[in-house]
Amino acid sequence: MTDTTTDDHAAIEAQRRKAAVQARRLKTLDSIFELRAFIALGVLIVIFSLMSGSFLTTDNMITMTKHVAINAVLALGMLLVILKGGIDLSVGSSVGLSGVIAGELLKGVHIGSFVAYPQVWAVVILCMAMGTLVGLVNGFLVTRMNVAPFIATLGMMYVARGAALLISDGTTFPNLAGDPRTHNTGFGWIGSGRPLGLPVAVWIMIVLAAVVAVVLRSTPYGRWLYATGGNERAAELTGVPVQRVKMTVYMISGACAALSGIIIASELTSAAPQAGESFELNAIAAVVIGGAALTGGRGNVRGTLVGAFVIGFLADGLVIVGVSTFWQTFIKGAVIIVAVILDQSQQRFKKRGVAASAAAVTVEPAGDEPVRVASKA
Amino acid sequence: MTSAAGGEAPVAPVLRAVEVTKVYGGTHALKGVSLDIAPGRVTVLFGENGAGKSTLMKILSAVESPTTGLIELDDRVVRFGSARDAADSGISIIHQELSLCANLSIQDNLFLGRERTRRGILVDAAAQRDLARKVLQRLDGTIDAATPVGELRLGQQQLVEIARALLQNARVLIMDEPTSALSAPEVDVLFKVIRELTAQGVAVVYISHHLEEALEIADDVAVLRDGSMVATARAEDVDLAWVVRTMVGREQDGLFPSRETDAGAVALETVELSVADPANPDRLAVDSISLSVRAGETVGIYGLMGSGRTELLECLAGRIPVAAGKVYLHGSPVTGSVRSRIRAGLALVPEDRQRDGLVQTMSVGQNLSLAALSGFVRRLVVDRGAERSAVASMIGDVTVKTSGPEAPIGSLSGGNQQKVVIGKMLMTGPRVLLLDEPSRGVDVGAKADVFALMARQAERGLAVLFTTSEAEEALHIPDRLLVLVRGRLVADLRAGEVTRDRLMSLADGAESTEKAHDD
Repeated sequence: MTDTTTDDHAAIEAQRRKAAVQARRLKTLDSIFELRAFIALGVLIVIFSLMSGSFLTTDNMITMTKHVAINAVLALGMLLVILKGGIDLSVGSSVGLSGVIAGELLKGVHIGSFVAYPQVWAVVILCMAMGTLVGLVNGFLVTRMNVAPFIATLGMMYVARGAALLISDGTTFPNLAGDPRTHNTGFGWIGSGRPLGLPVAVWIMIVLAAVVAVVLRSTPYGRWLYATGGNERAAELTGVPVQRVKMTVYMISGACAALSGIIIASELTSAAPQAGESFELNAIAAVVIGGAALTGGRGNVRGTLVGAFVIGFLADGLVIVGVSTFWQTFIKGAVIIVAVILDQSQQRFKKRGVAASAAAVTVEPAGDEPVRVASKA
Repeated sequence: MTSAAGGEAPVAPVLRAVEVTKVYGGTHALKGVSLDIAPGRVTVLFGENGAGKSTLMKILSAVESPTTGLIELDDRVVRFGSARDAADSGISIIHQELSLCANLSIQDNLFLGRERTRRGILVDAAAQRDLARKVLQRLDGTIDAATPVGELRLGQQQLVEIARALLQNARVLIMDEPTSALSAPEVDVLFKVIRELTAQGVAVVYISHHLEEALEIADDVAVLRDGSMVATARAEDVDLAWVVRTMVGREQDGLFPSRETDAGAVALETVELSVADPANPDRLAVDSISLSVRAGETVGIYGLMGSGRTELLECLAGRIPVAAGKVYLHGSPVTGSVRSRIRAGLALVPEDRQRDGLVQTMSVGQNLSLAALSGFVRRLVVDRGAERSAVASMIGDVTVKTSGPEAPIGSLSGGNQQKVVIGKMLMTGPRVLLLDEPSRGVDVGAKADVFALMARQAERGLAVLFTTSEAEEALHIPDRLLVLVRGRLVADLRAGEVTRDRLMSLADGAESTEKAHDD
């Protein structure tokens, strides 16, 4: 019906060729961007090594990795919450609360006239139980009370911090070494021990990362989590126990926060109720730099770990080369923003790449030329 | 319908699409489509769900840009940056989902984003009110421009959308399913307005599922099938049978499988089941319905939008609670979560697969295995090998066309996505399969596949209960047909026992609602 001119044909053919070229270019860009966090980490290491001879030494690497571990443990818990499409702002406060509980337990628990001294393993378990409880409240507020995750965990951030300050009366527990007479020594080993040459904190990070990676990749729970974050309604109608998944991610995140709090308290052999302030933001930053989507359903352990390393190495590296703390804060912010912009571009490349490669293909219409029904008149 | 008879269109087209291709993900929604739109005439686009009508409309109105191909306005190639640019050039679209702010008044909506101002700062409310009154007068004298849009009936809201287009001096007005939610008198008003617009030289492009109605308003007819323009004609030269034949591309009979019914024991039964409307808890969406479905039987529920069909199925699946009454599965009462019902063998394929059926961030394979994942667990982790082979065989069973289980779900066409949702629920080994509008947004070929699939499941002894708002489907597919009107069951009919006209009058509520009790 339409009189298509030769000009039109040429223009359309040119569009098609352009699409083919574009598809190839976008694919290359996509694969480069996929590795952006690794590339950023490599760039950081190269820059800091050039600026300071003490950066790329084994000792410094291990020290920095130990710092990374504290954030990485938080970030692995945060990853689960973010995969669900939520957020957990209470983890920093749980870090402080966990240390304070550890201090209180190691000091001895008065039950009437009797004083109980729980052993270190029991202290660790009780602290993590406390963290899980904070997560349970978060999960309850989100799943049963329909409070938005941001608000629920913001509230619990203050509640947990307040609890830490109340329990400790605002003061720091100065000595967590325990006493040989009460058989509760050894808490400091978590922070200072080095089995097989690596700090305990680093081992904890490695084991936790491995466990979370397996859970996410190979268990129904992991798949349910991705599905819940990707499309909660569809997941629910498919028979995924959505409420249970949502509840548990907050509990796991709380337990991870408590574990992180134990590591910090043990390293310092003291527990301050203010410990862990704004740690939640570092954890979120690590997850986001690692390519997870705050809308849920997309992200992985590898990215989150690299994100934690980028944040940690950046902070320590800036100290080593003597950049002022004000600039450190500024630069960290800029890195987070750039990371998210790069992530957005990658998602765009992906979509456009698929579309462009499909557009480059000439498709056969269903019929031949459209039938023109002859007029009866 | 028009005085112009025979030959080519007497006037030059105002808007042309030239070999337009549109690709979504990996799917070609349009494959080199060309179309001329003449001023002062109504061009109706026909096509099944997924044929590419809406996509073409979106491209004509610059809501989307074509992947390849050209748009010409007044014989000049145009490239609009946005729908707003197109509207400024006189091409307006009225979407199926209206884009009005319910909290604002009609006049505020009419000028939204294009406010008349005094010295560029303050909104000139008086000028807006006058203009709004004038344009509303042209359409329907009875509406007050100060009324909040939220208080208007849907038909009136549609007129507000048209008024907005007129205020933008629209020369081409594109309407996507304008009558889908209108009452018959409202349709009459709309058609009168359309006729007045074309008399003033406005070109109207119109899509509707109501074929007869659309043919009544049409001057020119264009038929899309599977993303290609398969035929164009003048409305006076064609009839409804031609439209259906051209849309479907074959005789309608091939679409529906025929088979022998061999119904077994009652698998699913409801006794006086009532369900509250989730959007409005004071209203009953489903009003004391008693029905039963036997193993090996396919039962259809014919009901229009708002009839309670979706609420009924979602309640059976455990997504929304029972208000009163009982549900029995194989004789024992059913309660509990969606998950526990799936385990008991009751699975739902929801109506809106984008919203309720698929996880867009996951692959084809991951979507397929999601419901049955627990079954693949060996020593706490998912046995990938078992999962892969089950997914592969299900892809074959439900005939999903995909480059592989790793392909993103978004790269599939609507019909194939629907097959994935059905396959996903079949993997749980259900004994009762509920499908809510299984043919919605599915192209013709896939539609036949879906019906064949349902028939096959019934032959395997599943009880199949599905809803439809397409009379043809309701008449041809099920062994037994239930008619649902405003939450009540008005008829329980054997296959072949009912005609199209009877069905239509039943669904309109014209016949007594006591019918169900007479049976």
